[in-house]
Amino acid sequence: MALDRKIAYIDLSTGKIETRPIPLEIRRKFLGGRGLDAYLLYNNAPEGCDPLGPDNPLIISGGILTATCASATARTHIMAKSPLTGLLGSANMGGFFAPELAWAGFHHLVIKGKAKNPVYIWIKNGEIEIRDASYLWGKSSTETQWAIREELGDDEIKSAVIGQAGENLVRYANVMTGIKNAAGRTGMGAVMGSKNLKAVAVRGTMDIKIAHPFEALEYNKRFIEQITGAKVNKTQGTLGTPFIWGATNSWGGIRNRNFQFNQMEYADDIEPERIDEICTETMGPHHMSGCFGCQVHCRAKYRIPTGLYAGKYDEGPEYTSQGAFGGEPDCKKAETVLVGNHLVNQYGVDNLEIGSIIAWAMELYELGILTSKQTDGVDLRFGNDEALIEMVHRICLRKGWLGNILADGGIPASEKIGQNSFDYLIQVKGMSNLHSDERGTPGLALNIATASRGSDHLRSRPAIDLYHLPEKVLRKIYGNPVPYDGPLSSEHTDYEGKPWQVFWQQNTYMAVDCLGICKYHTVFLGATLPNFEDWPKVIYYNTGLEFTPQELWEIAQRCNMMERMFNLREGLTRYDLKKGEMLNHRYFDEPTRRGAPDVVGRTIDREKFNKMVNEFYGYCGLDEQGVPTPETLKRLGLNQEPSHAL
Amino acid sequence: MENVLTIDYQKCTGCRLCELVCSVTHDGISNPARSSIRIVKWEEEGRYVPMICQQCEDAPCKNICPVGAISRDKDYGFLAVDYNICIGCRSCVSVCPFGAMNYNKIDKKVFKCDLCGGKPQCVRFCDEKAVDFVQSDNITALKKRNAADRLYSTQKTSAYIQEHA
Repeated sequence: MALDRKIAYIDLSTGKIETRPIPLEIRRKFLGGRGLDAYLLYNNAPEGCDPLGPDNPLIISGGILTATCASATARTHIMAKSPLTGLLGSANMGGFFAPELAWAGFHHLVIKGKAKNPVYIWIKNGEIEIRDASYLWGKSSTETQWAIREELGDDEIKSAVIGQAGENLVRYANVMTGIKNAAGRTGMGAVMGSKNLKAVAVRGTMDIKIAHPFEALEYNKRFIEQITGAKVNKTQGTLGTPFIWGATNSWGGIRNRNFQFNQMEYADDIEPERIDEICTETMGPHHMSGCFGCQVHCRAKYRIPTGLYAGKYDEGPEYTSQGAFGGEPDCKKAETVLVGNHLVNQYGVDNLEIGSIIAWAMELYELGILTSKQTDGVDLRFGNDEALIEMVHRICLRKGWLGNILADGGIPASEKIGQNSFDYLIQVKGMSNLHSDERGTPGLALNIATASRGSDHLRSRPAIDLYHLPEKVLRKIYGNPVPYDGPLSSEHTDYEGKPWQVFWQQNTYMAVDCLGICKYHTVFLGATLPNFEDWPKVIYYNTGLEFTPQELWEIAQRCNMMERMFNLREGLTRYDLKKGEMLNHRYFDEPTRRGAPDVVGRTIDREKFNKMVNEFYGYCGLDEQGVPTPETLKRLGLNQEPSHAL
Repeated sequence: MENVLTIDYQKCTGCRLCELVCSVTHDGISNPARSSIRIVKWEEEGRYVPMICQQCEDAPCKNICPVGAISRDKDYGFLAVDYNICIGCRSCVSVCPFGAMNYNKIDKKVFKCDLCGGKPQCVRFCDEKAVDFVQSDNITALKKRNAADRLYSTQKTSAYIQEHA
């Protein structure tokens, strides 16, 4: 049974390992995955703990549906207090790690303490062992994975590992599995590095009994048809996420030259079609690969065709690689995107954060706020491909004055650089924004401002806003599973209706992350894809647990509130530019300079924006400061937290 | 007409959905260790190859079985293990040249692909048709067509080059 998967508490300081069942009442309140992780974090992280200290718990999990007969249950979720933001750290990755963890008997791992020497955790069929990793220290993310397989003599071991960036405590180092699957954001790799934990390796051959196998199988088949039938997923399956970057660039929704432009010119060589050509030339016509159980297969395989890294195999590049090594630094060569993507995968660092931060440094350099002495002679102009790649190395290895301070993240770096450098940093809660520009899309701006882990598109973005769907369709989506008859708007430049849309998406994204499935299998990008009406059936067929859509909705609200409670405890303050839910002044003051007629010349209206946040807070059950009211906490059953029930 | 399972490894995306549906279909359990189809991977270079039972004509598993527990299904032509006769010696496992006769250590049983009684679920769930179920007198038809197409396009390119060079 999926429900008999356990939780393991592993203390790296003492070597103590304890496994426990996950009680059903906890499942009914938090399901699993990210939701249950939020509960575990709130209960296990001491208030104000040092994110890179031994007290910060690192939580690794699969969702309640992981490895069951549901579609694309591939996602691994990782949570801890973030060394980048000092608030919630949360990152999610595809691949094959979480299913293997479930077959090895576990859904959640809570790792505390700090090992004296580099170690890795080895989990096989219910047994957990802490092993020496000194021979792995210094290795890249893939070298580490293959070395563990060789040491233990099993090619099917799946590992979640850190590369050199995590070892060097780069505060946005990620956790990697496979070639390119990355739990990218908020620096979970640095938390692993701080614990001297190089990897978690798992192998499982334990049964997961499906409650109603025939129904689960048939429903899965129906689901897959619905999912792969959506045009957006067909395109994803051909071009991968680069197609989103290409489409967004066409109307002016990406970031270019840090935040100076919202559209990149002469980008032909990094457009999705060009990248697809390179993948075809180097890997053949069938060059897409998939995560566990997923028929969307959005990962492209490629070899770098030319240059210093010619012949190197990698996977991706994603939207964020195009943004980080193309749009943001205004570099126009496909080779740079492919090399940059390869390097971040090998070093194990968040390509989104590193790309944003280098672009920020480039703007500072061109403004004269950073001098060539501070860059150690690197000519950090926009469009300088060599300087960009050099900075990736310097940050991941903490080389040079600038490389070292940029490795600490935008806000600490801005304090060291001084002057008005902070004003140019496009971040919320200390985390850089996706390489997208939300000045023409207030709903999306509300999303990045209020997302629990900092400026981020995968926590509540009403991305389907951009499709201009008929209101009837919007009503059907946003009016379930709880009734809503307020305003709704499919016009992406509107402010009306957006607070509900963001609130609704926030709950949807949370439910998805609790289930452990991929967002491409949900309404994230496809209006016709599964949501609250469908998931209770999948849960029932696979686990036997019964929920109504309304109950799932409430669980999602509860889990979101748990994350907010953690953030508030660690210092979230609404109007604080560094730890709040406020956008950089450039969103309000600098009009967009390029793009489609309805996008060019736009700013976010400060007053309307604040009104949106107020309305959003109202739906969440928060007061004007973003703090939950006592009634809300009681309604969601969170008034006794921390309850230490697990 | 007998159908056979065919593999086009270039199309495999490595998602392993086939492994999942195989084990759920046969045992009601999710566990690739119970799957008759397995994806062998060289992740470092993006190579994925589905491995299945080839239902050999002169089948080593059938030949070596000391108690005659393996026989060919009359309707669909697959090799089936009769568990009433099988003594669990695993001779078939050691002799299979493809590693397609498996051993399940939980139930202590050998197991292999039974074509799901004529409706293989791995094929049904594989959108890419990396595994397919085709008529045995027609196995190479598609391959021939694709190769012919490649030949033809090469010729066209050459002609083009000659004309414009």
